[in-house]
Amino acid sequence: MFVTTEDTPPCFRGYTLVLPAVSVGNVGQLAADLIVSTLGMPRVGHFHTDCLVPMAGNNPYATSDQDAAVLSTNAEVYSSPDMKLAVLQIRAPVVQTKVKQFRRLIVSWIKSSGFTRTILLSSSHAYQRDDQQLLGSPLRYLLSPALQNEAGERVKGLQWQEMERVCAFPGISDSEQRLHIPGGGITKGLYTDCCKEDVALAVVLIFCSEGDNIPDAFALVNHLNNWLQLVAKPDQGPVPWRVPASWRLLFGSGIPPAIF
Amino acid sequence: MATFFGEVLSVYSRAVDEDEQEELDEETEEDIQIRHELLQKREVHLNWCPELCQDIESSSDKKLQHSHLILAVGPNAAGFLSAHVLTAGDWAPVGWFSLWNERSRGTSRLSDSPAVGEPGCLIYQQKGNASVLICQCLSYVAEDQLFQWTDKIFACLPKRGLSVLVLSDSPVAEYKTPNYINGSSTPFLRALKTSAYKEALRCPLLEQPNIVTGLAAAVLSHCEVQGVPAVLYQCYSDMIVPDSVTMEAYRVALMLLSKTVKLESCPNADVLQKVSRVTDVSSNLYT
Repeated sequence: MFVTTEDTPPCFRGYTLVLPAVSVGNVGQLAADLIVSTLGMPRVGHFHTDCLVPMAGNNPYATSDQDAAVLSTNAEVYSSPDMKLAVLQIRAPVVQTKVKQFRRLIVSWIKSSGFTRTILLSSSHAYQRDDQQLLGSPLRYLLSPALQNEAGERVKGLQWQEMERVCAFPGISDSEQRLHIPGGGITKGLYTDCCKEDVALAVVLIFCSEGDNIPDAFALVNHLNNWLQLVAKPDQGPVPWRVPASWRLLFGSGIPPAIF
Repeated sequence: MATFFGEVLSVYSRAVDEDEQEELDEETEEDIQIRHELLQKREVHLNWCPELCQDIESSSDKKLQHSHLILAVGPNAAGFLSAHVLTAGDWAPVGWFSLWNERSRGTSRLSDSPAVGEPGCLIYQQKGNASVLICQCLSYVAEDQLFQWTDKIFACLPKRGLSVLVLSDSPVAEYKTPNYINGSSTPFLRALKTSAYKEALRCPLLEQPNIVTGLAAAVLSHCEVQGVPAVLYQCYSDMIVPDSVTMEAYRVALMLLSKTVKLESCPNADVLQKVSRVTDVSSNLYT
């Protein structure tokens, strides 16, 4: 359930929604963090649901002590009216028995809010790639039929690679081809639901392994930026993404000085 | 995963599930029935004593009229309230939560409140003062039950004029800081507050990238979304068993409490004894 924090509820008609799938390496979530932090998007509401494990903390995008004392919850919506962009950041795993219910909730919210397109940032286990996927770029995309007309040409122009369907039974060449996104959390389910319900959804994903996934997040968000042009690319050097305060100490606290 | 120092660690996946979540479309009737029964078994029940049930029934909005909820999560927070607050006035248990999960099977009896010494969630009210509810939660509430737990208690409380204070225990190992924490700096408190909470805080705010989880997070999230003023004091301690030093860390919360409840400035020795007795080393080596 979307609960606004503004006096007047925001209108998302005609907006693009970006949301992460809680997937391997949390890459989608990290990439969404980069977008919210770099564009300085204000929070407009919470996504309050029993499908996610509860979690609370202070403002993850704080830039000074003044704006640090803002309570943030497990799922929040950020919006940029100028860019017609909204980001639903998810910070907690989905409760295992409520995955289906969560997908339904997301799809119905997308429909009722009137988003023109939704982009799901995701990842998949690198070690489960098949032979054809091992070569070249680790980035893949998927478009639901509702988005194919609008975005199909554009992503082909960018020379993006579509996520391959793999054989249900490897080695048997004429066996059924199916979508396989291991470690992708709700990715496959949400994509299938959106195809069925005629929702315009694009999945942008990266093959990766657990570990320091910050480089994967940058790769994914740069890839997305080629399409959506969220942040202007400078003539030289990389896009200046702003790393949020919450990324500090990803690998734990300081080292005890006594060990040296 | 191999670390900087070369040792190989087995990491659990941060993704929801190792394998792709298979579609559950091919569920048989039996699967559905089992799932349904499991859900029913894991349901959280909030039971009130007959007097409070009557209060809820007789009020116009089917709610209690309390203005303060004080929640203690964990043995130290609960012990602190027992030693400082519950001994001072005429407090009596008026309700309890009963729930079942893998780690707390004891409180499944719906009709009985948890026995003495049994971990559970008990709610107290002072005789002749129906403005404050104190809830001590010592039992484990599973991830999928947290939202329900919160929903159940706030369904009985008014939205307006309510304020919430949460005291919660946490191991210091979960606290991240660029500086190394040595034993002499623990226990210490960190605070989180909802946007509707306007009073001054008694300790530093919880710094990023630290987060809270569990019951405290569920209650705080609910209060933030509903616009209820709430504050959490999280105590980081390096003790794995309840102890009086950690309980004393909650002393700053006394100032907040003093406005709402009568309390003992000196902890009750008998209660402290009882709370920490469980941890006495039971060795027969020298007896």
